Amino acid sequence: MTTPFKFVEWPCPAVGGDTRSEAALVFDRGRESRLLVIPPLFDEANKLRHTLVEVLRRLDASGIDGVLPDLPGCNESLAPLAEQTLENWRAAAAAASAHFRATGVLTVRSGALLRPPDVPGWDYAPQDGRKTLRSMIRARIIASREAGREEPRDAIEAKGRAEGITLAGWHIGPALFTALEAAELPTREDGVTIIEHETIGERPAWLRAEPDFDAAQADALAAIIAVAMRQPE
Amino acid sequence: MTAQTSAQTDPTGPARSTIDETLRAILRDVLGLSSERAAQLTPDSGLFGHLPELDSQAVADLLTEMEDRFEIIIEDDEIDGDHLETYGGLLALAEAKTATR
Repeated sequence: MTTPFKFVEWPCPAVGGDTRSEAALVFDRGRESRLLVIPPLFDEANKLRHTLVEVLRRLDASGIDGVLPDLPGCNESLAPLAEQTLENWRAAAAAASAHFRATGVLTVRSGALLRPPDVPGWDYAPQDGRKTLRSMIRARIIASREAGREEPRDAIEAKGRAEGITLAGWHIGPALFTALEAAELPTREDGVTIIEHETIGERPAWLRAEPDFDAAQADALAAIIAVAMRQPE
Repeated sequence: MTAQTSAQTDPTGPARSTIDETLRAILRDVLGLSSERAAQLTPDSGLFGHLPELDSQAVADLLTEMEDRFEIIIEDDEIDGDHLETYGGLLALAEAKTATR
């Protein structure tokens, strides 16, 4: 038996200490096992979204509730992206975990940088902050070169740290830029398993130039999670 | 399915054919090509500037993936249009970087 997904609002900590409403896509029948998904940052969130919703759909059929929240400044959020910080995104991920009573957390790619503490789960193909920025800065260098402008990486990085910068259409504020440069993957606590992409197989969705969906990948991810989370009732 | 060309019979030698195969696999992943289509890429096959879906971000991701799979670092000033415009140009970049690894 499957549940249609719904969009709900949840109270999310905002930069500056307020709380604002953000959206979350949920499969929620109040079951014991509840998975929170922290998506990748920036463009990879778009490329992975279809896959992640399909993972949640499969888990729903296996008796596991699922939540895919919007982080402030991302997806449907009305908060300005340029004002977001890594620290506040971490607070938002932790607040979502508490609000939705997650019993497991799946982070995807750079989403691993936001992993809430104290909940077991999986990091799928985690990527650190420096690598996330590296590719986006390179995209800007290539685009500038195509437009006949030379923009050295040093100059882009200095601007990013001082006043923030738009990379591949994403406006990254100075605090977020600086924090991402230094953001390493968290040391693995007990209960957190890294899922390398080789385990899932086929072409990585984040590498595709256009959004794509591979049902076999959703099957493989959901199977790993369902086996571990399903209640032995 | 078509048989893989064995390294022994490949006149370009095993090292070079491995780079070629890996690069085709990366392009297959980035562009969503079938293995058959990826195998049909020729040195003259157009890439950046020829395929609308291959925008600057996709090219940047492609270069980052090449760095990971070939264990190389591609400096920004080494990336010029000639390397990105055709499959042959990209292969030449991969071969040059792996040779000096």
